[in-house]
Amino acid sequence: MAKCVDDLKVVGNKLLTEDFCVIEVESGKKLPEFRPGQFVQVRIDGSPATFLRRPISIHDVDFGKNRYKMLIQVLGKGTETIYRLKSGDYLNVIHPLGNSFTIPDDKSKILLVGGGCGIAPLLFLGKQLKARGFEPDVLMGFRNSSRVLEIEEYSQIGDVFVTTEDGSLGEKGYVTNHSVLTSVKYDRIYCCGPDSMMKVVAEYSMKNNIFCEVSLENLMACGFGICLCCIVETTRGNICTCTEGPVFNIRELKW
Amino acid sequence: MVNLGINIGDLHFKNPVLTASGTCGYGTELDDFFDVSRLGGIVVKGTTLEPREGNAYPRMAETPSGMLNAVGLQNKGIDYFESNIYPKISGYDTNIIVNVNGSTLDDYISLSERIDRLEKIPAIELNISCPNVKKGGMIFGTNLQSAREVTRAVRAVYTKKLIVKLSPNVTNIVDFAKVVEEEGADSISLINTLLGMAVDINMMKPSLSTVTGGLSGPAIKPVALGMVWQVAKAVKVPVIGMGGIMTASDAIEFFLAGASAVQIGTVTFIDPAAPVKILEGIESYLQRKGFSDIKDIIGYINH
Ligand SMILES: Cc1cc2nc3c(=O)[nH]c(=O)nc-3n(C[C@H](O)[C@H](O)[C@H](O)COP(=O)(O)OP(=O)(O)OC[C@H]3O[C@@H](n4cnc5c(N)ncnc54)[C@H](O)[C@@H]3O)c2cc1C
Ligand SMILES: Cc1cc2nc3c(=O)[nH]c(=O)nc-3n(C[C@H](O)[C@H](O)[C@H](O)COP(=O)(O)O)c2cc1C
Ligand code: FES
Repeated sequence: MAKCVDDLKVVGNKLLTEDFCVIEVESGKKLPEFRPGQFVQVRIDGSPATFLRRPISIHDVDFGKNRYKMLIQVLGKGTETIYRLKSGDYLNVIHPLGNSFTIPDDKSKILLVGGGCGIAPLLFLGKQLKARGFEPDVLMGFRNSSRVLEIEEYSQIGDVFVTTEDGSLGEKGYVTNHSVLTSVKYDRIYCCGPDSMMKVVAEYSMKNNIFCEVSLENLMACGFGICLCCIVETTRGNICTCTEGPVFNIRELKW
Repeated sequence: MVNLGINIGDLHFKNPVLTASGTCGYGTELDDFFDVSRLGGIVVKGTTLEPREGNAYPRMAETPSGMLNAVGLQNKGIDYFESNIYPKISGYDTNIIVNVNGSTLDDYISLSERIDRLEKIPAIELNISCPNVKKGGMIFGTNLQSAREVTRAVRAVYTKKLIVKLSPNVTNIVDFAKVVEEEGADSISLINTLLGMAVDINMMKPSLSTVTGGLSGPAIKPVALGMVWQVAKAVKVPVIGMGGIMTASDAIEFFLAGASAVQIGTVTFIDPAAPVKILEGIESYLQRKGFSDIKDIIGYINH
């Protein structure tokens, strides 16, 4: 699938919280075939502090309208610039990049686990799974109720379970403490979030012999395999997360 | 029509725009974005005799108008290159140049001998300037005697065009340029990255696993340009300039200062089609200024 550079028009920017938004962009061309788990590299103009592009997951796609969404968490200058974009602005991207989550052929019971901004690629994945007849559950972890995002969107995919660290919504604690993990037997877990969260989910999956894929957010310079800055240690040696990932089977990772 | 061709000895380059080692993979990674055969040359990723895993993550830190890297020459070694990469890239209609690296003098010699036998590789770029490896690399490029020895030893076994890539991390780069020219280098390329570092104040630790790394990007352009100018005046062999080139205008500054060719590096991370855009920009500059040959502007400010 060919990668390309494209200037996308911003057609909407929904501010969710003070530091989260969902930005929707439209291409003047037919969108390439995007697969869930893939990401784009966004150019941020106007500051020497944002010299490199910023990798952002594909959150949701509307192929009919050649539009897609990105869920943004403001961390620094780059994401702040995206947060401030308005309809009619343009965003230059390289897309689509990276591999994708593997969609099973059998009738697996699937759980999607997301933490914070890491829920981003799971919406697109969940919708694709649902379109193929799966009924995935969604488990999301947040710091507290004020940081809970997009529950309505994810409810369209399947049952949504929430944990917050302070117990202000859903069950108290981390995602791996949630009771659904003991009441339902899952065949597959797809996970994206902070490293610390993915590591406990990976450990849980290993212990219970569950197929598990995680999506890594390594620092990237290029995003398409030419700089070798984004490597992760795997059973196959140091490999690039931008081309061989960002999605990895946990059995490959040397965590 | 503008003539963009340049020569290193009897090796012809259809135009003076090459990709810089370590910033374009093997060229194939750019296929989606433009036809790499349009370029004057591709300098592939730093290659060693044995496979190397490179340094630990994190290997990259963004800095104002630039970046630090500490990749540490990760590559699969010459055997893999010969059997898996070479067949794929030897079809490109451009000069493919291998960036040669070693930890010891013998490594450099053996690797150069191996590459000498590859028919479609008309030149090597001897990297004696990598700041990101513990052994070898920059040690050869920051000591005049070592730079002399490694150039001499490789020259003795390598029969095609030998380009030596210099480190900017020295007191007087001109001394190094003269030494490698004396020892038979056909061309000199510069600059490799500048030694630098960054600290993550939230984590309160160095941003790179190796603490220090190599700085590249527009932040280093004035330094690179100054060094290219100094070296071009001091040697007779063609000089290949690089360091922070983002646009055709940047490249033209290097030609005017004395570079016969340029290499395009870090900008390709941000704009994968930058090398070909720069090539087109150079051509239209020459047309606009009424020059019919790139050679007319090489070293123009020194005449
Ligand atoms: C494959 C991939 C997919 C991603 N998807 C999304 C997404 O859908 N939505 C989203 O909001 N973000 C996503 N990110 C993260 C996003 O790229 C970074 O948050 C962004 O680059 C930060 O840029 P900035 O200029 O805002 O902040 P900077 O000023 O660059 O950084 C602010 C702080 O965040 C830290 N930081 C920056 N990037 C990372 C990182 N990759 N990992 C850990 N710490 C980091 C820095 O060290 C610094 O402390 C993704 C990253 C990757 C690699
Ligand atoms: C990620 C990265 C990897 C590099 N790897 C090599 C290498 O293997 N061999 C080499 O001679 N130079 C290497 N370089 C240096 C570049 O070829 C070039 O000399 C330098 O980046 C300056 O040019 P620029 O500012 O246009 O990037 C590397 C640079 C970067 C950023
Ligand atoms: S980010 Fe450049 S190789 Fe992955």
